[in-house]
Amino acid sequence: MRPLRLVWVYPDLLSTYGDRGNLLVLERRARLRGLPVEVAEVNSDQPVPRDGDIYLMGGGEDLPQTLATRRLQADGGLHEAASRGAVVFAVCAGYQVLGMEFGGADGGQVPGLGLLDIRSGRGEHRAVGEIVADVDPALNVPRLTGFENHQGVTRLGPQARPLARTSLGTGNGDGTEGAYAGRVLGTYLHGPALVRNPGLADLLLFWAAGPLPPLPPQAGELAQRLRDERLAAVD
Amino acid sequence: MRARVATTVGGAAATVSRLAGRDGSVIGGRIGLRLEPGLLSLLAADRQVVLVTGTNGKTTTTRLISAALTPLGQGIASNMYGANMEAGLTSALSSAPGAPLAVLETDEKYIPAMIKATNPKVVVLLNLSRDQMDRAAEIWLLARRWREALAAAPGCRVVANADDPLVAWAASGARQITWVAAGQRWREDSWCCPNCGSHLRRDGDDWTCGECGGRRPPVSWMLSGDQVIDPSGHATPLDLKLPGRANASNAVIALAVADAFGVPLPQALHQVRTVTSVAGRYTQVNRRGCEVRLLLAKNPAGWLEALDVLAPPPVPVLLAVNAQGPDGRDTSWLWDVDYRRLRGRNVLVGGERKLDLAVRLEADEVAFRLVNDLDEAIAAARTVAHNLEVLANYTAFQQYRAVLGRTQ
Repeated sequence: MRPLRLVWVYPDLLSTYGDRGNLLVLERRARLRGLPVEVAEVNSDQPVPRDGDIYLMGGGEDLPQTLATRRLQADGGLHEAASRGAVVFAVCAGYQVLGMEFGGADGGQVPGLGLLDIRSGRGEHRAVGEIVADVDPALNVPRLTGFENHQGVTRLGPQARPLARTSLGTGNGDGTEGAYAGRVLGTYLHGPALVRNPGLADLLLFWAAGPLPPLPPQAGELAQRLRDERLAAVD
Repeated sequence: MRARVATTVGGAAATVSRLAGRDGSVIGGRIGLRLEPGLLSLLAADRQVVLVTGTNGKTTTTRLISAALTPLGQGIASNMYGANMEAGLTSALSSAPGAPLAVLETDEKYIPAMIKATNPKVVVLLNLSRDQMDRAAEIWLLARRWREALAAAPGCRVVANADDPLVAWAASGARQITWVAAGQRWREDSWCCPNCGSHLRRDGDDWTCGECGGRRPPVSWMLSGDQVIDPSGHATPLDLKLPGRANASNAVIALAVADAFGVPLPQALHQVRTVTSVAGRYTQVNRRGCEVRLLLAKNPAGWLEALDVLAPPPVPVLLAVNAQGPDGRDTSWLWDVDYRRLRGRNVLVGGERKLDLAVRLEADEVAFRLVNDLDEAIAAARTVAHNLEVLANYTAFQQYRAVLGRTQ
């Protein structure tokens, strides 16, 4: 069986909040189902492989965010992969990078990668805290629980659908949270967003690998307990 | 005169606060500052001030520098218990009015303002890495603020870790710099050049930028294994009581600071070696027949260093994490630590956010057992050993310390 290829894009520039967690969760949930996995961590001085199945992008400060965007534009690998249907999952600064434009370090707007029809700018206040949001029913994923820490405000264009509607927290800033189009998906849940949202992790795996065998008994129990605890704590 | 009135009132408030059973180190400073906003500057005038900052090791290094300066035979004001914002610094100075020296741990966000207020003789920059990011500023931004503040303080000497690229970039804004090769265990925040953003080339502790030519500056002090190499090139064993590579690194920095004050290395080192415990850290306490050692680490870089310090198997390890305000309410940082070296060990997991840690350990295939409190951990440890290593973040550490009777 061809291994599932996970590509972590630019951990040297876009990784500030435990972003490795998303890679580890996807890897674990694939292996537990008997799917072989290959992982590539691609730094900003290396070409982005064209043949990945799931691409991950993390958070970052303003300057690294802008640098990462320029390099990804010049490299073209992520565009090529996305255009042939690879899965792209990005959090926080990485989410903004996927869009048409975002707010840069000096207050000006920076052109994004254009993989998602969203436009981000800088809001009045920093949104910091727990976030809970109900996922678009079409995706069949349980409600999201996570932590956000950003000052971004994001508006969705007609080509993107909101990932979820917030019941706690700020998300995009208009009651929606995150966005997706095809297999490109972004969220303001930062860092290890998939840890408390194994359903979202499984959606990405399903998009990349098709119908998934069930997990072994008990393998998902701790994550479920953590999820329940966090949702109860903010209830 | 206003400074004296303000410090007297502040002192009285601190006494009342202590009588009420709380740590008085901040409240006196706060009241004094309300009476006289320029109080810190007034209190710092005519003293030789050392400010110590960085993400990790501030409290310990402040303690080590204070020890290393004792051969000067002068009074030293210091905030030894970690109250490191303006009020804490003010309290430390006002409670030692006659001390001509001051060694002050300073929060990394406040260092620019504190440089302005205290006109320091020496500023120590230890390291800079991700920490409690739900409230702290982002670190590239912090480094830029440090750099600007130091460029505006031409009279001050910087003692800085040349092995940390962000620190080196910030320090190079200063006129007088003592570069120390203090090592850098945690590298996840310094893969890119702080000057131009290009991916850095790293070879051992050395680093260079292929784009802008930025590189690790030549050092005059160096930590080499367990030895300090001084500017003459002479190597001396450190022989510290404090454990771990990070503390060896802090000690070398303290020796470089002492040198800037004219304290000869042998005398400074002699004093540095007398430090055995810092604000309850590294303390060993016997409880119910079990030797319990407490280690504090608050962020990924700190955990990485602390995991190196743990006694070898079969000694059980209790890991504990909270997410209260002082810890940072976000536990994402747990995913930045590599726990795989704990595989095969007897690991116990506690603290208010033990499930977060449990899921993290599960992903690294580290077996563990959940415990509800310190005594449950001790009971579990006693079945296999007579001691227990405890690694906890800030409020979890304080809770365990209270259980153990807050020994120093």
